Amino acid sequence: MIEIKNIRKSFGHRTVLKGISAEFKDGITNLVIGGSGSGKTTLLKCMVGLHEPNSGSVFYDERNFTSMNFEARTHVRTEIGMLFQGSALFDSMNVEENIMFPLNMFTELSFKEKRDRVNFCLERVNLAGNNQLLVSELSGGMKKRVGIARAIAMNPKYLFCDEPNSGLDPKTAIVIDELIQEITEEYRTTTIVVTHDMNSVMGIGENIIFLHQGTKWWEGSNKEITTTDNKELNEFVFASKFMKKLQK
Amino acid sequence: MIFYPLGKYILLLKAVFRKPEKWSLYRKEIFHEMNYMGVGSLGIICIISIFLGAVTTVQTAFQLVSDLVPKSVIGGIVRDSSILELSPTISAIVLAGKIGSSVASQIGTMRVTEQIDALEIMGINSPGYLILPKIIGAITMIPLLVIISIALSIVGGYLAGTASGAVTPQSFIEGLTSDFIPFTFTVSMVKSVIFAFIITSVAAYQGFYTHGGALEVGQSSTKAVVISCIMILFADYIVAQLLL
Ligand SMILES: Nc1ncnc2c1ncn2[C@@H]1O[C@H](COP(=O)(O)OP(=O)(O)OP(=O)(O)O)[C@@H](O)[C@H]1O
Ligand SMILES: [Mg+2]
Repeated sequence: MIEIKNIRKSFGHRTVLKGISAEFKDGITNLVIGGSGSGKTTLLKCMVGLHEPNSGSVFYDERNFTSMNFEARTHVRTEIGMLFQGSALFDSMNVEENIMFPLNMFTELSFKEKRDRVNFCLERVNLAGNNQLLVSELSGGMKKRVGIARAIAMNPKYLFCDEPNSGLDPKTAIVIDELIQEITEEYRTTTIVVTHDMNSVMGIGENIIFLHQGTKWWEGSNKEITTTDNKELNEFVFASKFMKKLQK
Repeated sequence: MIFYPLGKYILLLKAVFRKPEKWSLYRKEIFHEMNYMGVGSLGIICIISIFLGAVTTVQTAFQLVSDLVPKSVIGGIVRDSSILELSPTISAIVLAGKIGSSVASQIGTMRVTEQIDALEIMGINSPGYLILPKIIGAITMIPLLVIISIALSIVGGYLAGTASGAVTPQSFIEGLTSDFIPFTFTVSMVKSVIFAFIITSVAAYQGFYTHGGALEVGQSSTKAVVISCIMILFADYIVAQLLL
């Protein structure tokens, strides 16, 4: 479980997060939704310590991450898997080396065990057999999936995904959503997914946080989201004509 | 104004020299960098060194108009100026352009594409993993390159001198082998280690703190070259002042 308390973050004069508190339970997929530029990525980065929040704190299973020193954070970080919005694959390495990298760094497994783990992860993201491709040879969607494979390589306790299915076709997007859901339930990870894909919201949104203007505007589940009378949230959810029709 | 970047630079170096997570992975990177920097720069260093020596010989001969000074002096002058100044400094300036710009743009690209963030998230000390192998690679390989450069510079001087008839082979060799002060070689090695450190650490600093996108990566790499060239010449002066 991850708990955040009153996270504030500004860049220069611009305040992006204005005091956000939330609880993310393990074993369910927690979604963070919101318009472009609403601070979703910033919130995620504050949680994992890539941005230092101006105030507030983050707790990983009761451990106060914000007040930890470098060594203690390193320990927590080996339990974190993260998919970046731009995939952030190491472009000097091929697919296999990318996924194997955390295993090389932090485990004492034999090469064969590591190779098996890589193949297992690649299979889960439907990329089996693509071990030797270079990062520059991957399509945008493939990069995303390799990014996910790398994020789950170490069997993380905490999984952060920044827009895991943007740029994917609807079918693969659902496969990825289901994969994230499966991993979350199977290993009881605490999973936080940033998205603005309404299919994901309806599909896997057991706990949804809607960010608007730097605050937590709404919180609930995918069952409640269609019936809420929150104006901004409705505008967000029913932005497309298709969804509007559905609403009626 | 200068203190803020200086402080950031020192803090970055402190992080660079933290204990590595796993030596075996670092070792692999170090060998990779040594190969890239050492073998990769051999060609350009050979070419410039031969010309350095050749030019020194021809110009010294031109300035030696008095018949009272024996021509063998040319050999000694080529030797000493190659060892003390030309080989370490000119090589360092050239390598600042070659190695410095590539280090800065490589690390800068990793920064703007969030690859450094990805390393951090895994719990890896990214300055250590990315920068330490480069620094070690440079401070081991650049002195070797300088030694090669010294040798080739003298060869270049010999060839140019004898081919142009400015000096006979015998008197060049005579000048080359007399009055050698071994300490000059020590100074040369001290210089090249310091220059190697400057090239890689300044470039890594510029790359590591790149913000923005492709444009800024280009700017970082330009800045890395300019700043390290200035720093090299400054350090050159300081070392000469302190050691000679
Ligand atoms: N490093 C930074 N420096 C300055 N401003 C930043 C920085 N990172 C983000 N911002 C600003 O913070 C705001 C929120 O950005 P963020 O990336 O969190 O948005 P987002 O919700 O993830 O949007 P998207 O859905 O488009 O990815 C934006 O207005 C952005 O300009
Ligand atoms: Mg984002």
